[in-house]
Amino acid sequence: MGDVKLAFIVQKPQYKGETSRLAITHAISYQTVEILLEDGDTVTPKLCFIGEGVLGLQKGQNAMDLYGITSTESHMKNTLLVDLDVLVCKEDLAKYGIPEDAMPSAEDMGADKSIQVVPYSEIQKAMEEAKHVLFF
Amino acid sequence: MGKLTIGCYPGLVGNMGYDFALKLADAAATKGHKVSIWFSGNATGSVKANQKHLKDYSTGEKHIKALLEKGVEICTCEACTVARGIKKDEGIPGVQWNAMHWYLAKIHAADRVLLIGGE
Repeated sequence: MGDVKLAFIVQKPQYKGETSRLAITHAISYQTVEILLEDGDTVTPKLCFIGEGVLGLQKGQNAMDLYGITSTESHMKNTLLVDLDVLVCKEDLAKYGIPEDAMPSAEDMGADKSIQVVPYSEIQKAMEEAKHVLFF
Repeated sequence: MGKLTIGCYPGLVGNMGYDFALKLADAAATKGHKVSIWFSGNATGSVKANQKHLKDYSTGEKHIKALLEKGVEICTCEACTVARGIKKDEGIPGVQWNAMHWYLAKIHAADRVLLIGGE
């Protein structure tokens, strides 16, 4: 069957509920899915944040200190470390007054990828290219 | 016949989304489709055995057992389940316990994927 492209679309803010976090961890699990697939089969997710889903992504989070849980920021860094494509809607960041340079980076940890702040049209394209679209 | 994978995220009690997911799985399996269900988030609370069926609330165990009898594959996210204090030996027999990559593997093989619920 080869590669199956997926689009994970996160519409709910981080920390409001569980599913917005689950979207990230499910996407990261593409790293180990091959142990359950036939040789040559792969899954390639794109993790996209739109609407209220862009809330709670900013760097400088202290969730571990305050709540004893890993922060969304650390999860976002992990997505970059495992070479996931992460797309954040440019228009929605602007709508909520969040500067693009507030997005976390994992460059200091050696990640090759960066969060891509893109127009919604790019996220639409990711959905059109995907075999399955999963809304969180 | 097709392959349907359902990601089920809502909690058992007080969420009709949960009932809908299981009824849809039953309808698809009855038609001869191959169905897989992935429980994550609050839906993982529904894999505990010995649920008491109160008529005021939805019930999971009875439907899960019936779906397993029909050959529906059901798997719960182990991390989400143990986080809710449910141990593997307290679970409904036949329900698989695995990590999130189980869901992605089923999605890989699926013709259609539905993700239902989530708070």
